[in-house]
Amino acid sequence: MANLNLDPILSNPDDLYEALIAAHDGLTREESEALNARLILILMNHLGDPGVIRQAIEAAKR
Amino acid sequence: MTWQDRYPLSFRLYPYARSADQDAARPVHHPVVILGAGPVGLALALDLGLRGAPVLVLDDHEGVGQGSRAICFAKRSLDIAHRLGCGADMLAKGVVWNRGRVFHDRDEVYAFDLLPEDGHRHPAFINLQQPWFERFLVDGIARAKAQGAPIEIRGRNRLSRMDAAGDGVTLRLDTPDGPYDLRTDWLIACDGARSPIREMMGLGFEGRVFEDNFLIADVKMKADFPTERWFWFEPWFKSGASALLHKQPDDIWRIDFQLGWNIDRKAELDPTRIRKRIDLMLGPDVDYELDWTSIYTFQCRRMERFRHGRVIFAGDAAHQVSPFGARGANSGVQDADNLGWKLAAVLAGAAPESLIDSYDAERIHAADENIRNSTRATDFITPKSPQSHLFRDAVLHLARHAPFARPMVNSGRLSLPSVYDASPLVTRDALPGSPARTRPGAPCPDARLGDGYLLDHLGRGFTLLALGATVPSVPDGVAVLTLDAANPDLRDRYLGQAQRALYLIRPDQHVAARWAACDADKLARAFDRAMGKAA
Ligand SMILES: Cc1cc2nc3c(=O)[nH]c(=O)nc-3n(C[C@H](O)[C@H](O)[C@H](O)COP(=O)(O)OP(=O)(O)OC[C@H]3O[C@@H](n4cnc5c(N)ncnc54)[C@H](O)[C@@H]3O)c2cc1C
Repeated sequence: MANLNLDPILSNPDDLYEALIAAHDGLTREESEALNARLILILMNHLGDPGVIRQAIEAAKR
Repeated sequence: MTWQDRYPLSFRLYPYARSADQDAARPVHHPVVILGAGPVGLALALDLGLRGAPVLVLDDHEGVGQGSRAICFAKRSLDIAHRLGCGADMLAKGVVWNRGRVFHDRDEVYAFDLLPEDGHRHPAFINLQQPWFERFLVDGIARAKAQGAPIEIRGRNRLSRMDAAGDGVTLRLDTPDGPYDLRTDWLIACDGARSPIREMMGLGFEGRVFEDNFLIADVKMKADFPTERWFWFEPWFKSGASALLHKQPDDIWRIDFQLGWNIDRKAELDPTRIRKRIDLMLGPDVDYELDWTSIYTFQCRRMERFRHGRVIFAGDAAHQVSPFGARGANSGVQDADNLGWKLAAVLAGAAPESLIDSYDAERIHAADENIRNSTRATDFITPKSPQSHLFRDAVLHLARHAPFARPMVNSGRLSLPSVYDASPLVTRDALPGSPARTRPGAPCPDARLGDGYLLDHLGRGFTLLALGATVPSVPDGVAVLTLDAANPDLRDRYLGQAQRALYLIRPDQHVAARWAACDADKLARAFDRAMGKAA
C-alpha cells in the first residue's frame, strides 16, 4: 500500500499556492467554501488510493 | 368494553373467530407463536408451515392495514416469496422498473440502470403496495393450509401481557370476547417497530433519529411519466427539500416530499395544502386523486441481540432503517427466510437449539449493513451539519460535468441480500478460481435451466449441487442436484475459472460450503457445521 507523502514534491510551490488563493478572488465566504469542497473531492478522486486518502484526512487533523 | 382497532384496514383477511383455546380450563400449549401478521410474520408462518411445523399467528387486526408503507420489493424478496409459492402473484401485479434518475434543481445529475442480468426469474425490483404483498402471503397461507400446512392466523388477538420463563412463554391475549392465556415454547416477535414484546421485556432499541419529516402522498392519476424512479434534490418546484416520484400498480404514484424538522403536522396533512405541493410538482393541469397521505420521521436502530432465550425478534421489531434503499420489509423477509429452516430443524430435533444463535449472528450482521447503507443515504439526502451540506452540494454540482462524482450521489443504495461471510455455519472456501459472488455465505444467484430456473431446483432442505464433479455419499437430509457444467449461466456464476465444483446449499439458498472436490467425510463435517453442530 502506498504511503501519504508529506515531503515537498512541488517544483514551484509558490506558483500553485498563488493559483489556489487566486481561485478565491472575489468570492463570498460561502462560494469559497463550496469551491474548496469541490476541489477536495476532485483531488480525492484523482488520488484514488483509499489508504492514502485516509492518511491525508488524519494528517489534516494533526 | 367494545373492541377498538388501532388503524383501518385495506383487506379484511382473517376475521376474528372464537377459538376453543379461549374456553380451555388451562392455557393451551403451542410450539411456536408468531406475534404480528405483517410481511415478516406472514412469511415466517408460511415457511414454517410448509416445513410441517405447527405455527400460530396472532395479530390485533383482522387483516392488512390501510396505506402502503413499503412499495419497492427487491429480487431477493421475490425469490423467497417464489419459494413460498407467492412470487408469481407479486410479479404479475407489480410494476417492474430498472431506471432511476436524479435531479438537482432543474438538471439531471445522475441516472442509474439496474442493468438486469439475464437468466434470473425475477427482476431487480418491483413496485407493489405493501398491502398487496401481505395479501399475497395470506393467499399463499390459505393454499398451503388446503394442502395440510399447520398454520393458523387469529385476528383481533392483542397481546397485553407476557411472562417469559426458561423454556417457554405465557401470553395474555385480549379479544372482542375478553382475555385468555396461551403457552408457547417459542415466541417470535414480528410485532413491528413499536414492538409491544420488546417494551414488555424492557429491552433497548438504540440508534439514531433523523430530525426530518417526510410527507408521503400516494396519488391516483393517468400519467404517461416513464416507469422510472425520479428523485430531486432541492427541486426547482420547491415542494420540499427533496422529492420523489415512483410508479405503483393501479395508476397509483408515490410522491414523497422532505418537509424539514419543525413543522405543524396537522396543518401539513391538510389536503388543500398537500395538493398545493403536488400541483407545484406536476403542474396545474394534471388531474389526480389523493389515495393515501401520511407524515413520517425516520430512525436507524437495532436491538443489541435478536434472541432472548425463547423469544426471537424479527423485522422492524428487531431493527429499523430509513426507507432510502428499501431495506425495511426486504430485510425483514430475509430474517424470516433465515429463521424458518433453523427453527423447524430445532423443533424436529434435527439440530441443537444453539442453531438459533446463528440467526442472531447472521441477521445482526445484515442489520448493521442495512443500517450503514440507509444512514449514509439519509445523511446525504438530509445533511445535518453545515459541512455535510456543503459537501453534498459540491457532489451534486460536480456530478453535472465530472463523472467521478455521479456514483457519490446517494438517494438510496438499493437493497441487496447480505453475504454471511463470518457466519459460524459457513465452511471456508475451497474452490479456487471461482466467482466471489457465490462464495460461502452468499445467497445463490439464479440461473436459466432449460425452461426453468436454478432456484426452483433447490428444495426445502439442504442441496448438494454438483457441476462436473464426483458426488460423494451424502448425509441424511441432503439432496443431490447434478447439473450440466457447460450451462453458460452456471459456468459464469458458479465455476469461473474452476473446471468442476460441489456446492452445499442451505434451505435458505445460501451457500454453506464449496469445493473443487470433496469426500463424504468433509461433506458431513460441513453439513454438521451448517446445522449448528460444530464443536
Ligand atoms: C414510508 C415508508 C416507506 C417504506 N418503503 C419501503 C420499501 O419500499 N421497501 C421496504 O422493504 N420497506 C419499506 N418500508 C419499511 C416496511 O414498511 C417495514 O419494514 C415493514 O412493514 C416491517 O414489517 P414487519 O412485519 O416487521 O412489521 P409490521 O408491518 O409493522 O407488522 C407488525 C404487525 O404486528 C401487529 N401488532 C402490533 N402490536 C400488536 C399486539 N399487541 N398484539 C397483536 N398484534 C400486534 C400489527 O398490527 C402489525 O400487523 C417503508 C416504511 C415506511 C414508513
